[in-house]
Amino acid sequence: MTTQVEEQTTTSVIGARMKRVEDPRMITGAAKYLDDLKLPGMAYVAILRSPYAHARINGIDTSKAEAHPGVVGVYTGKDFEHLNALPCAWQASGADNFVATPRALEIDRVTFTGAGVAAVVAETRAAAEDALSLIEVDWEPLEVVVDLERAVEEGAPQLHEAAERNIVMDWHCGDENATGKALEGAEVVIEQRLVNQRLLPTPLEPRGAAAQHEPSTGEYTVWMTSQAPHVMRLLMTAFVFGIPETKMRCISPAVGGGFGTKIFLYPEYVLVAALAEKTGRPVKWMESRSENYTATTHGRDHVTYLKVGAKRDGTITALDAKTYANLGGILSTIAPGIPTTLYGRMLSGAYRIPNIHCQVLGVYTNTGMVDAYRGAGRPEATYVVERAVDLVARELDLDPVEVRRRNFIPPDAFPYDPVGILAGLEYDTGDYEKALSRALEMVGYEDFRAEQAAAREEGRYLGIGFSTYVEICGVAPSAWIGVGGQGWGAGLWESANVRVHLTGKVVVTTGSQSHGQGHETTVSQVVASELGVPVEDVTVESSDTLGTPFGYGTYGSRSAAVGTVAVYNALQRIKAKARRVAAHMLEVDVDDVEYEGGRAFVKGSPATAKTIQEIAGAAALGYDLPPGEEPFLDDTSYYDPPNCTFPFGTHIAVVEVEGETGEVKLLRYVAVDDVGKVINPLIVDGQVQGGIVQGVAQALWEGAVYDENGQLLTSSLMEYAVPKADVFPKIELDRTETPTDVNPLGVKGAGETGTIASTPAAVNAVVDALAPLGIRHIDMPLTPERVWRAMQEARG
Amino acid sequence: MIPIALTVNGVRHEAEVEPRTLLVDFLRDDLGLTGTKIGCDTSLCGACTIHLDGHAVKSCTVLAVQADGSEVTTIEGLARGGDLHPLQEAFWEHHALQCGFCTPGMIMTGVELLGTNGDRLTEAEIRRGLEGNICRCTGYQHIVEAVHAAAGEVTR
Repeated sequence: MTTQVEEQTTTSVIGARMKRVEDPRMITGAAKYLDDLKLPGMAYVAILRSPYAHARINGIDTSKAEAHPGVVGVYTGKDFEHLNALPCAWQASGADNFVATPRALEIDRVTFTGAGVAAVVAETRAAAEDALSLIEVDWEPLEVVVDLERAVEEGAPQLHEAAERNIVMDWHCGDENATGKALEGAEVVIEQRLVNQRLLPTPLEPRGAAAQHEPSTGEYTVWMTSQAPHVMRLLMTAFVFGIPETKMRCISPAVGGGFGTKIFLYPEYVLVAALAEKTGRPVKWMESRSENYTATTHGRDHVTYLKVGAKRDGTITALDAKTYANLGGILSTIAPGIPTTLYGRMLSGAYRIPNIHCQVLGVYTNTGMVDAYRGAGRPEATYVVERAVDLVARELDLDPVEVRRRNFIPPDAFPYDPVGILAGLEYDTGDYEKALSRALEMVGYEDFRAEQAAAREEGRYLGIGFSTYVEICGVAPSAWIGVGGQGWGAGLWESANVRVHLTGKVVVTTGSQSHGQGHETTVSQVVASELGVPVEDVTVESSDTLGTPFGYGTYGSRSAAVGTVAVYNALQRIKAKARRVAAHMLEVDVDDVEYEGGRAFVKGSPATAKTIQEIAGAAALGYDLPPGEEPFLDDTSYYDPPNCTFPFGTHIAVVEVEGETGEVKLLRYVAVDDVGKVINPLIVDGQVQGGIVQGVAQALWEGAVYDENGQLLTSSLMEYAVPKADVFPKIELDRTETPTDVNPLGVKGAGETGTIASTPAAVNAVVDALAPLGIRHIDMPLTPERVWRAMQEARG
Repeated sequence: MIPIALTVNGVRHEAEVEPRTLLVDFLRDDLGLTGTKIGCDTSLCGACTIHLDGHAVKSCTVLAVQADGSEVTTIEGLARGGDLHPLQEAFWEHHALQCGFCTPGMIMTGVELLGTNGDRLTEAEIRRGLEGNICRCTGYQHIVEAVHAAAGEVTR
């Protein structure tokens, strides 16, 4: 096997397949994650969680637990009544939101199994956990509703007083009347109920937090497993504690995966900070996997009633989706924003659909909180659209590839406004046919159809499934996403500070926060390319609110398309200043100086030059600068993108379904993605591969299951089917490259495409395999039992 | 409390532990070797994999007292004299890690796999051999490539 890692060069490293600069500490065990933190005098926190999905708390007796050896203190919700409930920072726009959010510990009532009601602080983790069983809670169990559609019926148990029929919000986008009329007049209308099941995101590192409090200054330091430490500080100080943000420092150490779950402010983070203050001790809490499954946010969980209208030639004329989105027993930080803005507004997919309408009912049920999970709304939208296209193809007996081609937004239609449902945004750039034809070539489509026909003769079930997706990332223009627009309670620009030190070494501090994406490498490549310094001369710092500019963090595939653009912009100003300083040093006019490859030189006389190291030294020392010029090469950029970016591509799954058992065997997986310009192909490959496995896992294996009492039956890795190394064939990847015109780097974002695209590709493949039996849909996950039952039913 | 003595990464340690102390907690909390990770409660994720007397084991499934008299290697002890183990190099080279949390356990399992089958390892054998370790980030493909590459390296 040949190595594809190139020598690190001083220039043009954008696009280089460079190995990651952050890896040495991770492959040697030196990287420090939350649970690796040990503060002097630290005590440990364990949390008592509700065993009931819906119950009143009539009283809590902590006396026996307090008497347990090693226990420092036992606390209940009443000890933290002075702290506000957590904020819901993204409410659905243009709709009333009936918001109920968690408290540090719940006081009188719980609405899901796993809600925290008491906490033990002890000298050791074992002592804290031992004492939990000594806390006595007087529970009064209440009637439970778990089913999404049952929850909105009259007479269902009411979870929160203000939310009638348990409806958090009733949100619409698109044109209901026009879509209704178009469906009435359509040559064919296909209706389908689609379940997008609940998933447990399962970052390998569970959540945790540690905190200390300094009474003399009133300052908190909080370490947490977070994708967005600045946002955590903002939400904790301004909304929960009611203290100035300067009184809290939030730090994300190395974070072991997040997939969205570590964006949010959780009750435990507030609790741990408050306990540090209350006990006067540094404290740490680390969640177990079963706590992670009950108390950390879940993803997806939609039921959608789809209607799609088409002409007999396969042209889609209307799409209507009525979606029930399960938001759990109580709202997580941005729960209502995910199934609205990031779902409904993407229901045009890669297609020119003249009439679209979507209604979303956000619903409370006695289940765990649901919020963004990798892809966040776009996988759900892509599933609806890509299944819709296949249903049209099936109904009209057309090739699903041809139906896609007939409806594609053509390359000359960009920028494209999908009939207003993006509320003012437009798809930036795209060439959907190019990615599709490359993928078809890779998979050998015509040969496959011949092979499939032959297999069908033998009674074998081979299938091929397509997903020609488009997604939205690089979130987001602040004016569009904010309270006046999509209801997000803040901006979504991103920040970067670039300092070139006296020696020419560069330090970049950013507000984004890596939890596996390789930001240190990517940012270093941008700096090295622009400034012409060796990659190894660049240090990237983030993760700590002390010493980094405010930033919104990492989610929505925004770190490349928003975060590195801030770095790029700061570098342009650094270069301009470097030219001015060099002109002074060379005693020439600044207009005669060019900057390239780490040197400022006189036009037409490249030998008359100063290196960036010489310039940085002169700027830092400040002995001899141009008149009026401040010392030091230092610049901070706050970049607010003018638009989001819209990556796209084609994913193809090839499967064989075992006729006797219903087992689905994934034979091939081909993906051609277009994420715009690529900064590091090695990293993008990794992101796409990981995303594909997560997305196919939803199609075939994963699903959170609650029983009718609201108990999570899939509460450990014993029951929840996370894919292992032996369930996937080698993924075949390629890319097309259609740069975005939204930012100067041309990058769109690559963190979620795999997850967004792959789920419908796999489902479409299984349904295609079973076409001879007349099966047109099976709900996920397509486990052997589900598939076998569908086959039995079809066979009669 | 029970007295135990064991050698970890070539260093002999004597300690007293509660009978219920798991080896992983002893390594992390008592010896400060936090490279070994904990990712589940059910011995399924493999993040805590170490070598006990030369074999890859999940250290959350072993009591510290059971390791009395044993030879333990953790991720911190894998690089010898500042030189990375070929599998560590291969993980770096092939981008076989993203968040890095499964990586120590994955590497320790991979090292045993290399020792048992060397360069005759097929892709299917590697995938089967890594079945006890969960990675949520990479989709495993780069990990499999890294083990494959290191297999050639180790036997050369």
